[in-house]
Amino acid sequence: MELNINGTTRSVEAEADTPLLWVLRDELGMTGTKYGCGVAQCGACTVLVDGQATRSCVTPVESVAGMAITTIEAVEQDPVGRRVVEAWVAAQAPQCGYCQSGQVMAATSLLKQTPHPSDEDIAAAMTNLCRCGTYNAIAAAVRQAAAQG
Amino acid sequence: MMDGLTPALFSAAQLPEGQPVNLSRRGVLGAALGALVLGVALPRGAARAQAAAPAVQPGTRIPAFLEIRQDGSVLLKSPFIEGGQGVDTAMAQIVGEELDADPARFVVECAPPGPDYALVNGRRITGGSFSVRSAYPAMRQLGARARAMLVQAAATRLGVPAAELTTEPGKVVHAASGRSLDYGALAAEAAALPVPETAPLRAERDFRYIGKPVARLDVRAKSTGRAMYSIDVTVEGMLQAAVQHAPRLGMEPGAFANEAEVKAMPGVHSIQRLPGAVAVLADRWWRARRAVETLQVGWTPPAADARNVMPADFSSAAHHAVLAAATGPGNPAEVEGDTAAALRSATRTIEAVYDAPFLAHGQLEPPSATARWNADGTLDLWLPNQAPEMFQAVAARVAGIAPEQVKIHSPLLGGFFGRHFLYDSANPFPQAIQLAKEVGRPVKLIWTREEEFLRDALRPMGLARFRAGIGPDGMPVALEAEAVGEGPIGRWFGTAPGKADPSAVEGIAEKPYAIPNRRVVQVPLRHPPIISFWRSVGHSMNDFFYEAFLDEVAEAGGQDPYQLRLRLLAEKPRHKALLEAVGELSGGWKRGPYDAADGTKRARGVAMASPFGSEVATIAEVSLKDGAVVVHDVWVAVDPGRMVNPAIIEAQVNSAVALGLSSALLEEVVYVDGVPQARNFDNYPILTPERMPRVHVRIVESGAPMGGIGEPGLPGVPPAVVNAVAALTGQRVRSLPLAKTRLGAV
Repeated sequence: MELNINGTTRSVEAEADTPLLWVLRDELGMTGTKYGCGVAQCGACTVLVDGQATRSCVTPVESVAGMAITTIEAVEQDPVGRRVVEAWVAAQAPQCGYCQSGQVMAATSLLKQTPHPSDEDIAAAMTNLCRCGTYNAIAAAVRQAAAQG
Repeated sequence: MMDGLTPALFSAAQLPEGQPVNLSRRGVLGAALGALVLGVALPRGAARAQAAAPAVQPGTRIPAFLEIRQDGSVLLKSPFIEGGQGVDTAMAQIVGEELDADPARFVVECAPPGPDYALVNGRRITGGSFSVRSAYPAMRQLGARARAMLVQAAATRLGVPAAELTTEPGKVVHAASGRSLDYGALAAEAAALPVPETAPLRAERDFRYIGKPVARLDVRAKSTGRAMYSIDVTVEGMLQAAVQHAPRLGMEPGAFANEAEVKAMPGVHSIQRLPGAVAVLADRWWRARRAVETLQVGWTPPAADARNVMPADFSSAAHHAVLAAATGPGNPAEVEGDTAAALRSATRTIEAVYDAPFLAHGQLEPPSATARWNADGTLDLWLPNQAPEMFQAVAARVAGIAPEQVKIHSPLLGGFFGRHFLYDSANPFPQAIQLAKEVGRPVKLIWTREEEFLRDALRPMGLARFRAGIGPDGMPVALEAEAVGEGPIGRWFGTAPGKADPSAVEGIAEKPYAIPNRRVVQVPLRHPPIISFWRSVGHSMNDFFYEAFLDEVAEAGGQDPYQLRLRLLAEKPRHKALLEAVGELSGGWKRGPYDAADGTKRARGVAMASPFGSEVATIAEVSLKDGAVVVHDVWVAVDPGRMVNPAIIEAQVNSAVALGLSSALLEEVVYVDGVPQARNFDNYPILTPERMPRVHVRIVESGAPMGGIGEPGLPGVPPAVVNAVAALTGQRVRSLPLAKTRLGAV
């Protein structure tokens, strides 16, 4: 099976229903995308599929063959993603950091689709869990990234 | 830990296959960079001999902590483990202040086990909000002595007296001749010098890093997916493992109904039996997981001599009833005056019973462990932990080797909150050690989130009975409390006979209020589940019990709860100032209910706590929506005595507020028939972004001895919220979480 990941075609050997998350982490060694719950509750595994924030822990790998997959490893290659990362650093958003790959990807997806989101837009898009409770810093970082767009 | 070299710590790819290797950072970096290192001046033999000597005074041997590289960057081997609390940055600030090196030039990693790092009351732990306050003096002195060695090396090189030299960040300066030398160029010579007994410390008024909101060292790596956690470890040749635990602790795996089917599944290497669990090893973790979940296991009942058996009829509801029925006299924790007499003569007495449930940690990184046996009989372990030497000792026992043969690697923690201490069946590493031994290959074991909910060690359930007597002036004259249950200190470290377990009574005993007659006891009662430390430990519920009951005392005496606290703290200037500070921060105390601009009716509650050497005052504002509590704002005034990084303090208070609120509103581990009902976040809801209140923090540096920061922001939140709910609705909620109680519309 061939996947388009971060602009590169990668050949992978996995059962068709293997979650994309585990293909990324185990098959391709891309560990920036995290396993948190495995049931699309927490969002730590968020990647972009054709620009859309997608919880890769419940996404069968065969369902994204031929689609453009973007992971945290390539987020800074995208101008919006780069802005999001800079805002994350400026806001000192992460604590333990485990959820933040997914948070950054969710924010990047939001700002690519809605460059100037309202607070309601942010609340609707930024639903990933953070056990460290960095939610206020995350919202501030999203607003800052949007303001610089 | 945060630089681009990090993967070297985790990948054995560049090492010769089959060789016993030292993957320690020192070995890899030393070879890779030719770093000039204060540390490696000691030959390894000498280092070992010294390590074995009993005379090591923790925090004194510079080589155990510092390597200054040729490029002027500083590798600091920290006694502590970074898990979001900012301790790596704080250590860099403290050492950097005295070394005269910019914290931004530091690379901080967790040191391996060793006697140098036992800086928390003679032990080494990352917990109890102990790190910064315990290590502060030693880390300052360490930086100062290293600086003195660099100055001496420069004096020799330049041929001038050391007294003529000063330092600027990263270099030694000879102002008279306009010459300067970078630390990186001096490190080798400095390393050859004797370590001075003492070195002068910087005057506090000259601090540039301590007390300042220095940027965290790990934020960029954590914003770009480059931060590495235990779950990200890769070791060459490893198999991956997933487990299925017995539904109840104490049961053992019996017959497999479909062994052949599972063995034939893609990538499966083998099925292994473990104490209380089965594992499947495979080439990929997902394949291991799928296979182990396909395996049909007959579980046998616990043996008569099995330890830690979860009873088949255990339920959290029934256990609550057991706590409620347990009576004293109990073990005294605080006795002052004569409560019995004072209660008899009181104008009015009130009583109430409070409780809080078992809680899960819910740290977002599921537990894992990677074990590799080496050809020389040593064992490398990569695992989440809060106490490397303690894990090393247990791992050695499990492995049947000496502790020094176990190399503990402590990557970043994807949250911990108390999860990663030694909790017997709640730690995966014994399984990984056994599996790696069994198959003769390295094994990486990851617990699924479902297995984690099944085997997490729980924040204990707690219950407290209160009785108070109120005098004719409306002031309390007596307070009695019985805390029923047990705490993690008693469970894991023991409690002297007849003594209260401090972790069971903290937050109820030794409150600062001037109530003349006080009696606080613990009624010990063992909880069948494995219990644990959980952020702020006993305070996480006990301050809720006490501070909510104190509001009942205020109400019974016809007093405003804020004003009552002020009166009871009249002789406690530190506490009184803090309560006034939080009142001011919130725009002036008002209890309500009142109408807010958005049309909601709101009210506020207040609470105080004295956790982990710090003082905290908290106010919360709430409204109701569809019978559920909405928390709009939380104001926290925190007095840690003295501070190292105000930005980290503010972040930690935000974090503690979130977890405290999550527990107050939502969280409860429910057991029925010996098994937890929730196995993932779908049935164990935790705080979501939409429920996060605004958080306002004021740091008060009273100058008192330095207190902790990671946990203290939590305990005031549940009572402040519950007290606000009472002000708003008149409903006194005495049992958490609030989600259990349907609150009436105002």
